[in-house]
Amino acid sequence: MMDSTNILKEAFDRQNGASGNLAEYQQENWKLFSGLGLPAIKHEEWKYTRIRNVFTDKLIINNDSHLSEDTLNSLILKGTEKANRIVFFNGRFLETLSNTTDSNEAICIKPLETAAGDEDADFVNLNLGHSQRYHGDGINALNAAFANGGVYIRVNKGAVLNNPIIIYHVADSSNGLRFSQPRILVNIEEAAQVELIETYINIGGGENLTNEVVEISAEKDAVLHYVKLQNEGEKTNYAGTTHIRQTGKCLTHAVTITLSGAIVRNNLNMVMEAEHGESHMYGLYLLEGNTLADNHTIVDNAMPHCFSNELYKGIMDDASTGVFNGKIFVRKDAQKTNAYQSNKNILVGENAAANTKPQLEILADDVKCSHGCTIGKLDEDALFYLRARGISAENARSMLLHAFAIDILEQIKNDTIKAYAEQLVAERLSFSI
Amino acid sequence: MLKINNLQARIEEKEILKGINLDIKPGEIHAIMGPNGSGKSTLASVLAGRADYEVTGGSVEFMGKDLLELSPEDRAKEGLFLAFQYPVEIPGVSTTNFIKSAVNEKRKYLGLEPLDAAQFLRNMKEKMKLVEIDQSLLSRSLNEGFSGGEKKRNEIFQMAMLEPKLAILDETDSGLDIDALRIVANGVNQLRNKDNAFLVVTHYQRLLDYIVPDFVHVLYKGRIVRSGTKELAKELEVKGYDFIKAEVDQELA
Repeated sequence: MMDSTNILKEAFDRQNGASGNLAEYQQENWKLFSGLGLPAIKHEEWKYTRIRNVFTDKLIINNDSHLSEDTLNSLILKGTEKANRIVFFNGRFLETLSNTTDSNEAICIKPLETAAGDEDADFVNLNLGHSQRYHGDGINALNAAFANGGVYIRVNKGAVLNNPIIIYHVADSSNGLRFSQPRILVNIEEAAQVELIETYINIGGGENLTNEVVEISAEKDAVLHYVKLQNEGEKTNYAGTTHIRQTGKCLTHAVTITLSGAIVRNNLNMVMEAEHGESHMYGLYLLEGNTLADNHTIVDNAMPHCFSNELYKGIMDDASTGVFNGKIFVRKDAQKTNAYQSNKNILVGENAAANTKPQLEILADDVKCSHGCTIGKLDEDALFYLRARGISAENARSMLLHAFAIDILEQIKNDTIKAYAEQLVAERLSFSI
Repeated sequence: MLKINNLQARIEEKEILKGINLDIKPGEIHAIMGPNGSGKSTLASVLAGRADYEVTGGSVEFMGKDLLELSPEDRAKEGLFLAFQYPVEIPGVSTTNFIKSAVNEKRKYLGLEPLDAAQFLRNMKEKMKLVEIDQSLLSRSLNEGFSGGEKKRNEIFQMAMLEPKLAILDETDSGLDIDALRIVANGVNQLRNKDNAFLVVTHYQRLLDYIVPDFVHVLYKGRIVRSGTKELAKELEVKGYDFIKAEVDQELA
């Protein structure tokens, strides 16, 4: 099978046009991508994740399908009708089906290309592509080369949103291997508070591939609760980066839940550029079949007195594989950093695997950092204890796995999304009380 | 109720039980005593169905069924209960939810309707009083961060909730101070009736001051080497195990 070079080139030429506020930025990144190519498994950061193999000449990038309002409405999560809604269809921001429920004084949502040429241009210039400082690979550049399909979100100074922002990524795979490249830039101004949720839906029953970049900047006293919920089915391939910058002392909190997929790669960065920042990163990957889920996280402590806490948990059934790589950088000036990291894995399936790697680079001398990782089977003593009380082996297993997973789900702040995630996990584990 | 006939068991290659015979009838309390390493806890574990042990010979009949053929959960549902020497800490599972599942799985097995929330709560409140256990403890994760005494009281509480026909207390006295011991024993005594039975496994006679056995058996080197009444336990308290060891070793020599 041929690779995707020609298809990507055609798509780039077709949509990039000569004008556009992002044309130059996209050109630069196209050049960058052409030089770097896609990451292969010999690339240390991608050694478990053969995403390149999905980039074949079967990729579909055409604007050949349409998302109707009725179809969208059937996909909306129950109980979230009041949310601020952003819709991406086949990787491009669909303004017509997106809407805000909070006031215009609180929130502004518009095409990224528009923002790059209006009063938000300075922010765009400073922040668009910031993640490339941490992920200087071809796949990030490839997304940037198609950035004109992206969205810009601003939550204004002091605004405490009444409703969460939910981003629906809908991919239509009915004609084959759909390729989507969503791009999202979020500006959380001083003292604003926001819940941002991303969820992914593959319609059409075929394979799809998504390459996403989300860049978020949070100012002083801002609060961000971010959730990424991945349950698109076994035919989905995904590579994405969520890059969160703290430009002032603020709180950023992220929960990443991966329940299905073929290959799923999540990069999550917390860049702590101001003193006394606080960040939290939680993840649950509950895998079965042949799913590979690869979570790479970075906490970059650039300034003193920051706190970060990270807990990722994995349950691997069948022949699935979980990968965790957690980097913590503590720069020379970042004294009094407190950084905690933990990764716990339970292998359920005979052919399941887990790879975990903490990577700490500490250049300051007065810091508290800890990390730990475990890979094991279900605790036999605990299983026997439950069975000795009359609980069947199957239910005992469900109960223990559910107990293992639940503390990650409890980190989800939005009650509706939390209940939804809990329901998905309980169903998967056949758990009921 | 329980008939153990020439039971033999090993863990890996080590023979631990070398022919146990024991007959327990409804309404009786039996105590199994013995020095460390004699096989007391192994006997308790084998009866409860722990997979680490391999039964190599003999038979166990419980309520007319072949106990050794049953899974651990079915043994529990048939009415066997093991109070663990080391109750396991299980983060994320609340005691209340766990015990509710256990009670209702047992009821289902017995062809009974599950208890509704109100009935369950009423039942729980009553049994909590019995072992002086606090609601806040039961809302927490199962045994997580519990003191030794709290864990043992939780075992007896679970026993009270499950109303077993035969309860095996595996060194329930170990690690308990005198007050906790009294609470645990008091719970057992109140649950005792003409239809159920207890097998109390202990190293010390102390517990038997509170839970008075009908029969006392001494286990040594995988066999019951002496059986008697509570007077035997008193004798052991005074003389220690050494005199029995010496007698038995001489008989075996």
